[in-house]
Amino acid sequence: MVTLTVNGKTLETDAAPDTPLLWVLRDHLGLTGTKFGCGAALCGACTVHLDGQPVRSCQLALANVGAAKVTTIEGLSADRSHAVQKAWLELDVPQCGYCQSGQLMSAAALLAQNPAPSDADIDTAMAGNICRCGTYNRIRKAVHRAAEMLKAEGA
Amino acid sequence: MNANLAQDGTSRRDLLKLGALAGGGLLLGIGLGGCSKPAALGGAGGQPVAWLRIGGDDSITVFVDKSEMGQGVYTALTQLLAEELGVALEAIRVEAAPVAPEYVNNLLGAQITGGSTSIRDGFEKLRKAGAQARTMLLQAAATHWGVAPGELRIDGGAVLHGKERLSYGALAEAAAKLPIPKEITLKPATEFTLVGKPAKRIDTAAKLDGSATYGIDVKLPGMLHGAIAQCPTLGGKLASFDGSAAEAMPGVKKIVGVGNGVVVVADHYWQARKALEAVKITWDPGANANLGSQGIRSRLRNAATREGRGVRADGDASAAIKTAAKVVRATYDLPLLAHATLEPQCCTADVRTDGADIHAPTQTQTIAQATAAAAAGLKPEQVKIHTTLLGGGFGRRLEVDVIPAAVLASKAVGKPVKVIWSREEDTTHDTYRPPAHDEVVGAFDASGKLVAWKLDLTGPSITARMFPPVVATAVDPFAVEAAANFPYDVPNVAVNYNREEIGIDVGYWRSVSHALNCFVAESFIDELAHAAAQDPYAFRSGLLRKQPRFKRVLDEAASRAGWGKAPAGHHQGIALMEGYGTYMAQVVEISMRGNQLAIHRITCAVDCGQMVNPNIVDQQVEGSILFGLTAALWGEITLAKGQVQQRNFDSYRMLRLPEAPRIDVHLLASGEAPGGIGEPGTAVVGPALANAIFAATGKRLRSLPIAKSGIVTA
Ligand code: FES
Ligand code: FES
Repeated sequence: MVTLTVNGKTLETDAAPDTPLLWVLRDHLGLTGTKFGCGAALCGACTVHLDGQPVRSCQLALANVGAAKVTTIEGLSADRSHAVQKAWLELDVPQCGYCQSGQLMSAAALLAQNPAPSDADIDTAMAGNICRCGTYNRIRKAVHRAAEMLKAEGA
Repeated sequence: MNANLAQDGTSRRDLLKLGALAGGGLLLGIGLGGCSKPAALGGAGGQPVAWLRIGGDDSITVFVDKSEMGQGVYTALTQLLAEELGVALEAIRVEAAPVAPEYVNNLLGAQITGGSTSIRDGFEKLRKAGAQARTMLLQAAATHWGVAPGELRIDGGAVLHGKERLSYGALAEAAAKLPIPKEITLKPATEFTLVGKPAKRIDTAAKLDGSATYGIDVKLPGMLHGAIAQCPTLGGKLASFDGSAAEAMPGVKKIVGVGNGVVVVADHYWQARKALEAVKITWDPGANANLGSQGIRSRLRNAATREGRGVRADGDASAAIKTAAKVVRATYDLPLLAHATLEPQCCTADVRTDGADIHAPTQTQTIAQATAAAAAGLKPEQVKIHTTLLGGGFGRRLEVDVIPAAVLASKAVGKPVKVIWSREEDTTHDTYRPPAHDEVVGAFDASGKLVAWKLDLTGPSITARMFPPVVATAVDPFAVEAAANFPYDVPNVAVNYNREEIGIDVGYWRSVSHALNCFVAESFIDELAHAAAQDPYAFRSGLLRKQPRFKRVLDEAASRAGWGKAPAGHHQGIALMEGYGTYMAQVVEISMRGNQLAIHRITCAVDCGQMVNPNIVDQQVEGSILFGLTAALWGEITLAKGQVQQRNFDSYRMLRLPEAPRIDVHLLASGEAPGGIGEPGTAVVGPALANAIFAATGKRLRSLPIAKSGIVTA
């Protein structure tokens, strides 16, 4: 049994230590919001936070999670109240939606360390997340909008 | 009222006979008599099915027959129903419809989501269902109060009589006992309050917190997980396998041979993936063991020397070319492409001796049902199809190749099994967009007038495999789009199609042959403009005087883009098309520094007729343009020894956020019938971009992808 902290809860899993965190979350813990797209750190669909940092969970073996806190899309907020979720809703970003868990996690991590990102900052932070439906222009707007919301909340 | 009734397999006929439902609900079905169905695809008749359920608790549910793959049908079709029912969009819940003949897409002849048909097919059906329900509810209320229906009005899901109010839920049971009205007058467009408005999508919230359920997310009690390896050579088969080492690995339940592959079934997916690597498999590569991209290309070239079948003949193009003062000829070659839905192919099957449940992100419920039944040894009516959300479709999920392996695996272990393809399996086992080899000729008379256009298309047919009866006597209609409807005013036009199979399966890929043929036609008309020493926009415009809808989008795109007024060092390219009843023109503005391409702006003007939801139209236009841009810049599937050489997103490149240019979408108001919007943008951007590159460099791109010509993105 391996113990890990996911979305503030301490959970146990009997998954083998070399199982990628992605499949531990999806198959063993029932958290299917985190998606599988490539299995090779190429698409970002599996992005989660590890102690607040965005990581590709398809590349992270369970054994290497250790005591780090894992946050998935299900734990980004309890009620879709995170600024990125509100901005994404306001601008109707998703099409098929399959990439959006990863997009939201990347965007939330960006805003946590850079509350007023420039277009270039957004380019860098979001380049690892493929959206096959082509929602990029709305994503860019929504990141800026979320930054505005955070500023207003902080003010 | 039982919220699961619709999906629990009670037949629709039985449901309707129930009349008033337990709990006092109304279940409204409408027959679709009189619709024209291409008989060749298998027609349908029978009893009406439900579009709508109003519960005694005031809940309203619409059963959407189309698959939600990002294109917004759950919202747009619900908007149509809500318009006539007189309720807010948010008041309605969506359920995916089961398989039934009445959900057959009138434009495609089976229960299919594709061909940008959803709005065109549903525009009347859903409004009619809403209007029928409203009429029945009004009549029930009128009877209750002893007044004429004309004295009543509706508001917010209730019928009002002066200050008195009866909710739809309270009226549902009585309404259910009334006959369904046959003569229905639908609201004219001028009275629409919801249709045509940019409403927010109803599926967004669930896509922001991980709660939306895609095919890959299906969970059933006792479900096991399957990983699959298929013969690397396309068309090849499984010869034999030795699973002894894999069987001993943790969690492994069974190893199942499935015709062209092997499925490892285990307690968890990663266990199955790891064990799959330990299975020793011998493949039978079959007829394609030596197939390569070069061979496919020369095959098409050779076939192109044959005379094709005529699909358009105005005047006598060949004769006009012979006597012309100036003749321009060109040859275009286009590559195979993969769909690359971000959600890999997947399917969950629960096969029992007396029936089966298939949970799948499918675009084609009718064929999915038949395929699963055949694999399971059941009758189609014993198979229930549960359509999940689709993590992208793009035509890939019109294929049902993912289903048999899941069915066979479930049958072998006697439990539900979810099979998920790896990205590598997905890329290497697609049904690819057909390649093309096209030859095109334009001819001018001595006065400089364009007098002939001859386009000879050569490529394999998708429809010949998917719907053979359609091509039994006719040319594949999905091979000659954006070619047969050549819009320019030229007296002699010939378009011919030469079908040449290439040994592998080709499939419908977003915008299908529009993307092939629009690239050729709109690149070559540009070549002709330059040959005539005319501005490409003015040249097109001059040939579209009799085509007001084409001309309108062309003029709009040109003026919005500031055609001819690009900043120094910037260059523009233009292209247009009609497809799916939608007219579109795009202007792409670029600059080149050496071989480095920068795309600054794409301007798109669209006349898609009556819009249902401009917000979704805007999404679709942007998304389809970026889809086409990925293909134009980098898209190419190559084969060696019958095996696809691209495997993941490193070798099959996708456009990423920093590479997405600014896109300005201009939606033109139009009273014309609704057109499809999911696909046209994909087809038009490629030629507009290639024409801009010509304007900048003088280099004409006659094959794709652009990256192969040594041009890189800045
Ligand atoms: S699934 Fe992990 S990056 Fe694609
Ligand atoms: S919304 Fe479909 S992949 Fe991004």
